[in-house]
Amino acid sequence: MWLWFSKLGSPKWFYELSGKWLPWLVGPMAFLLVVGIVLALLFVPPDYQQGNTIRIMYIHVPFASISLAFFPLMALAGTITLVWRMKLADIVAKTAAPLGAWFTALALASGSIWGSDIWGTWWIWDGRLTSMLLQLFLLIGVISLRSALEDAEAAAKACAVLSIVGCINVVVIKYSVDWWNTLHQPSSPFSVSNEAPNPPEVWVPLVIMIFAVYLFFAVSLILSIRNEILVSERRSEWVQQLVQGS
Amino acid sequence: MSIQRTTTIKAFQATLRRDLLIAYKRKNDVINPFMFFLIVATLFPIGISPDPDRLSEIATGVLWISTLLASLLAMDNLYRADYEDGSLEQLLLIPHPLYFMVMAKNVAHWLISGLPVVLVSPLIAYMLNLPAESFGTLFITLLLGTPVLSLLGSIGVALTVGLGSRGLILAVITLPMSVPVLIAGTLAVQQTLNGASLAGYVAIMGAMLLASISLAPLASAAALRISVN
Repeated sequence: MWLWFSKLGSPKWFYELSGKWLPWLVGPMAFLLVVGIVLALLFVPPDYQQGNTIRIMYIHVPFASISLAFFPLMALAGTITLVWRMKLADIVAKTAAPLGAWFTALALASGSIWGSDIWGTWWIWDGRLTSMLLQLFLLIGVISLRSALEDAEAAAKACAVLSIVGCINVVVIKYSVDWWNTLHQPSSPFSVSNEAPNPPEVWVPLVIMIFAVYLFFAVSLILSIRNEILVSERRSEWVQQLVQGS
Repeated sequence: MSIQRTTTIKAFQATLRRDLLIAYKRKNDVINPFMFFLIVATLFPIGISPDPDRLSEIATGVLWISTLLASLLAMDNLYRADYEDGSLEQLLLIPHPLYFMVMAKNVAHWLISGLPVVLVSPLIAYMLNLPAESFGTLFITLLLGTPVLSLLGSIGVALTVGLGSRGLILAVITLPMSVPVLIAGTLAVQQTLNGASLAGYVAIMGAMLLASISLAPLASAAALRISVN
């Protein structure tokens, strides 16, 4: 058990293993993305109120839901960095921050485009929008702290502390901002029956898209982790052999 | 030679007294954030409108944001000078829980930079034409909220103390974290203006204060150990 655990910390081991995983993740991701997008764009009936604008939901909801996972992920990786000093955990935290900022920005942008048609405005100081914007600022704070600290080990630990504090703070911000002002609709219940407000032909593509975007998140995280491993281990023998061999 | 043992309480008091004494000797560090608060609060009527009705609408926000900015400006004094002259290292070597030493520095910092702002806030509120019945609420929420700002800011300073004068990172890290305090503080004042009870808001701010008293110094202490190594 502990051997497995210490192996997991080794960047080389992860690089080799993730190389084997990748095809199994990329294949389903591509399949689900194509199916989901085709269904969402061509086969979903237009909403009785929102018309064709409803199709933005199939991009917005998956991105918004996955972007909530970044702070918990970074806090978890940060805790592992602080407690066990595992190299790989810090690489995860380091790559998750910019990725999280991109996903959050995409959720904000897609929501803004959707809102421009439905609410008649690109931006409104609503609870969820504001808390997402603040999450984006906190992520940018983590990224800029990492780039400001020159010593890599100190940067790893400092970002770990900030991620843990930020994770707690994101929750507090979420509640306080919701309580401050909310216009955004609460999440709608899904149902299998056809009389329900959300029939299967509406929510099945959404579930497919959610899985597709989650896989996209996993693939992009693994790819940037692999990239970061190569950069940080560039002086080690196995990386040199890998580069010369290709 | 006998080693004189001090209790944690004595070490706490000594750290607190030392920081207050330093502030007393370097009055500029105390006066500047306070003046900054007054000047920022003055800029709003000039920049927006001198119209009393409009001012009374924005007064709470102006006061809270000026407080937030003044607290941010004063943050730099918290650990930087100690870091530069090496006394921060000595503080980390004290054989008492670092939590209490950080707490002593935060208390001193709040007494120097937070409390004067709280005390002068009714005067500024009067000048901004805030209705008199909400002065009490404003005072109580600032009294509960400013220590939270100091405690949260302390984490940010502890993380960035080794960075020299790149103070803007501190703002990027600290300001988003202060949003819940800002929300609770401004809503409480509005609530009083609507004639409703403010017990709920005071309870929430008290909860924020207690949570940050118990957790924030731990994070600050961890951050200080990382920055000084």
